[in-house]
Amino acid sequence: MKPDSMIATDVLVIGGGLAGERAAIAAAEAGLDVLILSLVPPRRSHSCAAQGGMQAALGNCVKADGDSPTLHFLDTVRGSDWGADQEVVQIFAEQAPVAVRELAHYGTPWTRVRPGTNRYHIKGETVEIDEREENAGLIMHRDFGGTAKWRACYAGAGTGHSALYALDSVVAKLGIRVWDRAEAVALIHDGSRCHGAAVRCLRTGSHSAVLAKSTVIATGGYGRVYGQYTTNATINEGGGAAIALATGVVPLANMEAVQFHPTALSPSGILVTEGCRGDGGYLLDKNLDRFMVDAEPEKQELASRDVVSRHMMRCIRDGRGVDSEFGPHLWLDIRHLGIEHLTTKLREVWDICRDFVGVDPSKELVPVRPTQHYSMGGIRVNKDGEAYNMAGLFAVGEAGCWDMHGFNRLGGNSLAETIVTGMVIGRCAAERAAGSSIDVPTSLAFDAIAAAESRANAWLSRDGAGPSVFDIRDRMAETMIAKVGIFRTGSELTEAVETLRQLLGECGEAVLQSRGPGMNPELSFAIRLEGMLKLALVTAMGAAARTESRGAHYRTDFPMRNDAEWLNRTLARWPDGAAEPILEYEPVGLIDLPPGHRGYGADERVEMRRSVEVYNGSVDTEQTRLGRLPPGGPTGSQLKWGSWRNVT
Amino acid sequence: MGFLEERDLTDGRRLKFEIFRFNPEDSESAPHLDVFEIDEQPYMSLYIALNVIRETLDPSLMFDFACRSAICGSCGMLVNGRPALGCKTLTSALPETIRLHPLPVFKLVGDLSVDTGVWFREMVENTEAWIHAQQAFDPDGQEERMPDEVAQKIYESDRCIECGCCIAACGLANIEDGFLGAAGLNRICRFALDPRDSRDDSEWFEVVATERGVFGCIGLMACDDVCPKELPLLEHYAWLRRRALRAS
Repeated sequence: MKPDSMIATDVLVIGGGLAGERAAIAAAEAGLDVLILSLVPPRRSHSCAAQGGMQAALGNCVKADGDSPTLHFLDTVRGSDWGADQEVVQIFAEQAPVAVRELAHYGTPWTRVRPGTNRYHIKGETVEIDEREENAGLIMHRDFGGTAKWRACYAGAGTGHSALYALDSVVAKLGIRVWDRAEAVALIHDGSRCHGAAVRCLRTGSHSAVLAKSTVIATGGYGRVYGQYTTNATINEGGGAAIALATGVVPLANMEAVQFHPTALSPSGILVTEGCRGDGGYLLDKNLDRFMVDAEPEKQELASRDVVSRHMMRCIRDGRGVDSEFGPHLWLDIRHLGIEHLTTKLREVWDICRDFVGVDPSKELVPVRPTQHYSMGGIRVNKDGEAYNMAGLFAVGEAGCWDMHGFNRLGGNSLAETIVTGMVIGRCAAERAAGSSIDVPTSLAFDAIAAAESRANAWLSRDGAGPSVFDIRDRMAETMIAKVGIFRTGSELTEAVETLRQLLGECGEAVLQSRGPGMNPELSFAIRLEGMLKLALVTAMGAAARTESRGAHYRTDFPMRNDAEWLNRTLARWPDGAAEPILEYEPVGLIDLPPGHRGYGADERVEMRRSVEVYNGSVDTEQTRLGRLPPGGPTGSQLKWGSWRNVT
Repeated sequence: MGFLEERDLTDGRRLKFEIFRFNPEDSESAPHLDVFEIDEQPYMSLYIALNVIRETLDPSLMFDFACRSAICGSCGMLVNGRPALGCKTLTSALPETIRLHPLPVFKLVGDLSVDTGVWFREMVENTEAWIHAQQAFDPDGQEERMPDEVAQKIYESDRCIECGCCIAACGLANIEDGFLGAAGLNRICRFALDPRDSRDDSEWFEVVATERGVFGCIGLMACDDVCPKELPLLEHYAWLRRRALRAS
């Protein structure tokens, strides 16, 4: 054991994207020692690929007049199909404007309000609107799906990139240490308190341990369990969720809530921002018909992503898709936005269309189809961001389930979530660290290193004629996209669960071809594969168990939202040594805005049987029973009860 | 009309890849080229091709990709001697024999993988590439105003993805340790343009007007040819030089 193979810090942040870096800044500003681990140099994190915008109710342009955190709260709860924790949504909506303005202070070049006549494309018409002189130079908004006002703040179509570079510049300014090409492969814990993580170096393949007073997981989503059928980067393999699940006690929540983005490029799956439709783009079928106008007369192309994706898939199933050698797709039409708009406000879309499908979007249609994009589910945390059943472990951004998205996230809410959770939860993690000491036998750390090394060595020493890890991955991905996709049914989900169980078994028999020293890319992937399969299985089992349709989870055999039986959140734990996860359910949280119609999508549902008051009365006891740690303030203390009544 | 001349690839070429190999962690490894042959597919990028090679021919092959959409900057490599992003380089634009090397200048991690993260973090620290604000952030206040034209200008130079192609293409960076290169100078330009940054001309002069900065450049301008984001590097250079001369 090398002497440098164990180090200690106050706050360990696993993941160097927007959420992780903002949490690290919160801890560093509190005077604590911080270490960021990242699979890649932080500026290459997947946050950089966010394009269109970040939601915050600043209300700066004419189409945002009258906007407020209360309206943002309403849109987000409706978008979630009432699956969100409404107190968390309230905290989020209040803090989002601070997050956007703070990024401006850090240097993000937000697009600004241009006073005077501006030409916009709204619901198929060209409209001229005079932006007010008194708002000149304030942060501009664009329209996004599922919102009552223009609310998305943006920097061209490179919002995530610009936000990440601004944030990372502050990380450098504060001298925060970053280990890039480093992967947390296990949490160090004693069953109820987290003490850091075992780390594998992706330069050399060596293992070490980082002991920490607070550990913050910020590893993003797990889109790569859908293989190539995702907009996600290759690094979005759900590492953080997997090591949390591997503790045996921390639950993952709502893993069946998987978002499909309506407009990923076909065939590559590369994201094309919702800002295209926000700025007036159309979706067309093979007859060049704007099918969304009939499907959703009110919101048209700008209904929520779950609703638009389903309409697109129905359109394809009805034979109105455009055939190609890669399967059917639909068209995104942004020609009418004009070349100047496309090469400035949608600059990255222009580049992507040119570079990856050879399309000039000012003259040609863009081939798109719905593709896995975002995980609403994740590591279940309380409102302070602390994981259920595990003190000292926090989760921020997409990796966590705080839970402001419920069963469908609105476009632009995830970028805002990264910064808000980084600020709010980062502060809680810092407070927790400041008030504690690392009081743990070093054997716990060395045992964690030894266990990680022995897992790697087991892979390297296994011989014989087993399957390849890439083959198992491909079969997992094909199963997920075919049977745990946009439309789901009980029989297919049961088949998916069966296949994934079998693949998990095969994972224990797979054989590597590459045995050389160093990071060994095949071994690096093999180490993640079991965790990915478990995330896939938890997702499929959660989807099989949830016999209703809510947000992105749509069951053709149970097409209605069922508030009588399923107004709850799935919690999946995987006890140590168990063959399968245990699914449990908790209330979504205190309900202020009662369940109703979202304003788009289907209007039929099974109503609650209990009163909201009775439901709310059960929240605290139920959540505590299922492992929620006590948060800093009592449940509901940050809800503004009934504030929405003044605006509806 | 579209941008790609060749869209129909039904004639299916057999591609020959000659790839630089070296694993610094393996004492028995020596630098050499390995040859792999695969069938070309429609819209095949080097991202797809290299994964096919790793997954079917040699799983020990090291390379870096993340976003595979030319926004994260992970996959800079020499493609037939020219720095480029692997993800947006389509094989249809290349001859049948494709020779791949890691980017020079940066420390080699293994095969095609190089350590750009440490290089760029040092550059950011050396040039203090962050906003030097006059005032602390006020969470209760409205944002500071900025004309949209200024925001657009900053955005244009903020679009650099630090892929390292310009550094690898730079005649000076290849022989002179510490030269900031186009990415470094562009980064300085981005902050010097920004009214939120309080540094004045004399402070910028310290950073820019040195042999490591804008006066070190020998004007080969390969950086401008290879930048995958098509940043206006020439303009930014000229602007910085003018500003440096004014400050002197």
